[in-house]
Amino acid sequence: MTALATAPDTRTESKTSPGVNRRRYPARYIVLGVLLVLLLLVVAPLLVVALNAVKSPSDYASNGPLSIPKSLHWDGIVDFWQRVDFSRKLLNSFITSAVVSVLAVILSVLNAYALGIGRVRGRVWFLVFFLVANLLPQEVLVYPLYYLSKSLHLYDSLFSIIIIFTVIQSAFGTYLLSSVYAEFPTELLDAAAVDGAGRFRTLWRVVVPVSRPTLAVLFTFFFIWTWNEFFLPLVFLISNANQTVPVALGVLQGDRQMDATTTSASALIGILPAMLFFLIFQRTLTRGITAGAIK
Amino acid sequence: MSRQGGRSTAGFGWYLVPGVLASLAVIVVPLVMTVGISFTRWSGIGSPVWVGFENYTRLFHDERFWASFGHILLLILAMAVVPTLLGLLLAAVLFDYIAKIFGPRWASVFRSGFYLPQVLPVAVTGIVWGWILHPSYGALNRILDSVGLSSLSRNWLGDPKYALYSVMAVMVWFQLGYPIVMFMSGLQRIDPELYEAADLDGAGWWQRFRHITVYLIKPEFYVVLVTTTIAALKIFGQIFVLTRGGPSNATLVPSYFAWQNFFQKAQVGYGSAISTVLTVLIVVLAFVFLRLQTRDERKGV
Repeated sequence: MTALATAPDTRTESKTSPGVNRRRYPARYIVLGVLLVLLLLVVAPLLVVALNAVKSPSDYASNGPLSIPKSLHWDGIVDFWQRVDFSRKLLNSFITSAVVSVLAVILSVLNAYALGIGRVRGRVWFLVFFLVANLLPQEVLVYPLYYLSKSLHLYDSLFSIIIIFTVIQSAFGTYLLSSVYAEFPTELLDAAAVDGAGRFRTLWRVVVPVSRPTLAVLFTFFFIWTWNEFFLPLVFLISNANQTVPVALGVLQGDRQMDATTTSASALIGILPAMLFFLIFQRTLTRGITAGAIK
Repeated sequence: MSRQGGRSTAGFGWYLVPGVLASLAVIVVPLVMTVGISFTRWSGIGSPVWVGFENYTRLFHDERFWASFGHILLLILAMAVVPTLLGLLLAAVLFDYIAKIFGPRWASVFRSGFYLPQVLPVAVTGIVWGWILHPSYGALNRILDSVGLSSLSRNWLGDPKYALYSVMAVMVWFQLGYPIVMFMSGLQRIDPELYEAADLDGAGWWQRFRHITVYLIKPEFYVVLVTTTIAALKIFGQIFVLTRGGPSNATLVPSYFAWQNFFQKAQVGYGSAISTVLTVLIVVLAFVFLRLQTRDERKGV
């Protein structure tokens, strides 16, 4: 391990003469190798799923899970897609996540404007409340919500899930955004006041545009979290037409019609949208991090 | 307070109204109702019957309740302790070794790869592993058979002896990326000069890791440990999809136990008592962590 101590120096050297340098330190390749094996272990399950989702059942039976598919067999995916009406589930998930993220960002902004910038009386208690609301397990809310939504005829509709998640996500958003807004540049607020802008105009014309990067990060988080939610949608969305993607896939486990290739097909179409969001999420996150670094 | 200057706080209160009303309806009222129902016997139909602490005394004599909390302790190990420690080591290696020697691009590829399981819906990770660990057509047993290790193949999720350990392994896989991402972003705060000074003093990588990295990363360390511990206490989705608490309650957890009582056994009062205990536990734990953290920060100053 003594060779490692000089790592920062070798960085500049390795730029000029990588070959010479790398041969001198085999330890770094051992470290890299160990990490690569670990990475393979993490990614392997997903690769195996992708491999077998496009394999015919007979191919799987004779050649096992690790063989390359003899031919691309899309039937498993197509059959499963049609059987569960997957387009409908995608649409349900998309509508729920999009509406929740927009509404939850708006609600978080309103709360945080009053708490972070307005510093209304008792704001510490409000913040403690939103912190605790964040911690609560959904189990402690589920039965009354189930009961109330039934008596309001909102049970088994996307509407109930949208309301509930808007409030739950905004509890986190309020907590985070209040601390961001507490550091909001006073000069901007004073300038708006000098221009005669009222509370709402200041919020809409100054606070929201300036904090847009943070709001974008919040929006992305809310979207992905809502998309991935399982417990409450499982309880609230019982009819097939209303299910979201995770619920539709989750309740099918143990179904007799599910064999090895159908299961991996179902897993793959559950993975793909999430991967897509991951790529989008990556960009927002990097932007958020670099924005923080400049400040 | 001085930054407020001449600006008044009047007129801001209105902006809290929608948030407060919505929180009352969706969080406060249901929370109070659940705590109230936990002192009653109720099937969900008709009116609840007040029974005082009966549900709680029953709870403390219910071996399934204790078993579910025992399982949670092991899941905290798998979801909080192991990923946090392993994640800390990996984040430090990626940030401070791989990024410097092979370039930051390598480090970020590793980071994304390890983080991948975190972006999948919980239910989907359950499907992936439910299939891989399936006793007859699952990939793992098929692979073990094909390399002549069929003696090692097991009914991973169906045998009470192995089910919880299988779930634990899946959870380590699932959680590992979160601490890595958190710690790597925390490491960016550290002044590179500190590392250079340590190098000049002749400190090795391990010494630097122990004395600089671990010390400076403390805020992230607390956040990661508390969020992952709470996530372990709340675990539901993976259990529902992988094992449904079975076989013979070998993977029963409090949230699934509560769900069963609410929606399968129509014992709403008992289910409410379970979730109330779980909630108290989570809130107390969070505040203990918070206290420890602030005390630690004060000591640092």
